Amino acid sequence: MRIVFKTDYMQDIRPWKDRYQLVLYLLLLTLMLAAPFVIDAFYLGELNNVLIWAIAGMGLMVLTGHTGQASLGHAAFLAMGCYTNIILMEQGLPFMLAFPLAGIITGLVGMVIAIPALRLHGIYLAIATMAMSILVDDIIVLTEPWTGGVGGKYAPSVNVFGIMIDRWGTPREFYYLTLGVVVVVTLGYINILRAPLGRSFIAVRDSEVSAQAIGIDVARTKAISFGISCAITGLGGALMGLFAGAFNNETFSVIISIELLMMIVIGGLGSIHGAFFGAIVIGFLPQFLSLSKEWVGSVFGGSNVAIPGLEFGVFGMILIAFILFEPMGLYGRWLKVRTFFELFPFYRKDMFKRQKSYLKTERLR
Amino acid sequence: MSFLELKDVTLKFGGVTAVDNLSFSVEEGEVFAIVGPNGAGKSTVFNLISRFYDPHNGSIKFDGHDLLKSKPSGVAAFGVARTFQNIELFDQATVLENLLVGRHRHRQSNFLTELFFTPSVKKQEVQNRHMVEEIIDFLDLQAYREKRIAGLPYGVRKVVEVARALATDPKLLLLDEPASGLSVEETTDMRWWIDDIRRQMGITVLMVEHDMGLVSGVSDRVLAMADGAKLALGTPVEVQSDPAVIEAYLGHVA
Ligand SMILES: Nc1ncnc2c1ncn2[C@@H]1O[C@H](COP(=O)(O)OP(=O)(O)O)[C@@H](O)[C@H]1O
Ligand SMILES: [Mg+2]
Repeated sequence: MRIVFKTDYMQDIRPWKDRYQLVLYLLLLTLMLAAPFVIDAFYLGELNNVLIWAIAGMGLMVLTGHTGQASLGHAAFLAMGCYTNIILMEQGLPFMLAFPLAGIITGLVGMVIAIPALRLHGIYLAIATMAMSILVDDIIVLTEPWTGGVGGKYAPSVNVFGIMIDRWGTPREFYYLTLGVVVVVTLGYINILRAPLGRSFIAVRDSEVSAQAIGIDVARTKAISFGISCAITGLGGALMGLFAGAFNNETFSVIISIELLMMIVIGGLGSIHGAFFGAIVIGFLPQFLSLSKEWVGSVFGGSNVAIPGLEFGVFGMILIAFILFEPMGLYGRWLKVRTFFELFPFYRKDMFKRQKSYLKTERLR
Repeated sequence: MSFLELKDVTLKFGGVTAVDNLSFSVEEGEVFAIVGPNGAGKSTVFNLISRFYDPHNGSIKFDGHDLLKSKPSGVAAFGVARTFQNIELFDQATVLENLLVGRHRHRQSNFLTELFFTPSVKKQEVQNRHMVEEIIDFLDLQAYREKRIAGLPYGVRKVVEVARALATDPKLLLLDEPASGLSVEETTDMRWWIDDIRRQMGITVLMVEHDMGLVSGVSDRVLAMADGAKLALGTPVEVQSDPAVIEAYLGHVA
């Protein structure tokens, strides 16, 4: 059993509760830093991919997990970040400038797009944002002179502090670039969550009326959340483009939007951890499936038949299972396991049971 | 001029006149109660003050400000805080986080300083925490500080909502049925707290309440409403003995 004694307000304000937790995260960071020397190039690439998805996941998590606004359109912002980064570099800007600018521009555009979308709630917002994701395909084709249209574009190698980095030539350096972005984004995200802005996101998510009564401008808060969300997603998109090497109008399809949303639901809505857990699932699912297909093939005979849409189908089934049995996602499951050990032997089975919630109709009367 | 002043306020929902040409004013430092049968329009009066609805007619002024010129999110800045009849807390957050949200109107930081969590933000957070802890002590919420709202009993949630309203450091506190659903002991606690909120903190209280024991115990003046209009206004004793009130409201009880 582990008990955290609190003797200072800073214990709740700083990002870690106690030294034990700090050591744990530093250890994780060390492992991540050591990874290129431990695992082979293939798995390093996979890990890199997972980290990029985690960045995109954090982007959507700000909006959906913390502000409660569903979006099925975030692939549009991945695309935007990706193309903005490349186009700015083609205009002669160095990567170190083009990359953050791609994030900022995507964020600002997201905020502007948010203003009409903010009148919509729940499923309507999801549908409107989904339309955006479908539109972006056409926009890329229509703006061919800049985007290369259907023919697409190739990602150049980028210069980071004088080191030329590209996905195939220097996978280790590319990995460190991604890791650096992950660390910076995560720290910024943590900072916002422990400050008034992050709390106003949560307030808007849980009750718009009382957020308003407390002095939070709901529309403004949603727009800011949209902006931050799109900025992070844009950074993720820029890295995704560089990682893919080549991309065109079909790279960031609406399927990617859906996958991104599923990913954070499976990972656990409303926590930064959730974005990472979800990214691990989405990153390693294809490997897992091909391994299990081989296994099924070897046990039951028959060759490796290709089943179209298998990956997506399995993903959907995992999602449904989570919504039914573990609405708090993988992170929620992890919390339960951790609490079990921390409280051992005092864990009660219904510790995380949700109280009956009251109907929210007629809530103002 | 009065502290809070409603003049000839009318609000209709389709065919229903929820508030009908209502005028009353609340003086600084008093506890003012609104009573009346269900559907009388009491909560609607609160929602009008909170600017959730635009009245068809009339004016609402608070502390020299014309509230009708303000956005719903601007009312808190004048020092008005409220609770809701059906409890509107941030369910997935802890009690502490709920109260810290209450500090929002005192925010000095902006997006950039918060992104880097500068020393000034840190200082502000420590101060917010300090203010919130005083309210936690005042309302005896220490045991629930780290608990999520979603798992808390009803009675505790009622108190947390009052605490969150107090965290905004208001001049006027609107309480919509603070004792409904509470046990006898919890109601007694609430009574003393309302007394202390007025006496120790110097906050003016406007409340809607059905429990006549609580109403006569703490309030200086009472407004009785029926069908959106004023029936009677006076001390608790005067209102309770008013024939129109006995007929419309207490008549059902007796
Ligand atoms: N948002 C709304 N839409 C339509 N009718 C409403 C709304 N809010 C309140 N009403 C109606 O206004 C009248 C007054 O309601 P309310 O102020 O909640 O009463 P009280 O709080 O005194 O019980 C009731 O007839 C109620 O049905
Ligand atoms: Mg009511």
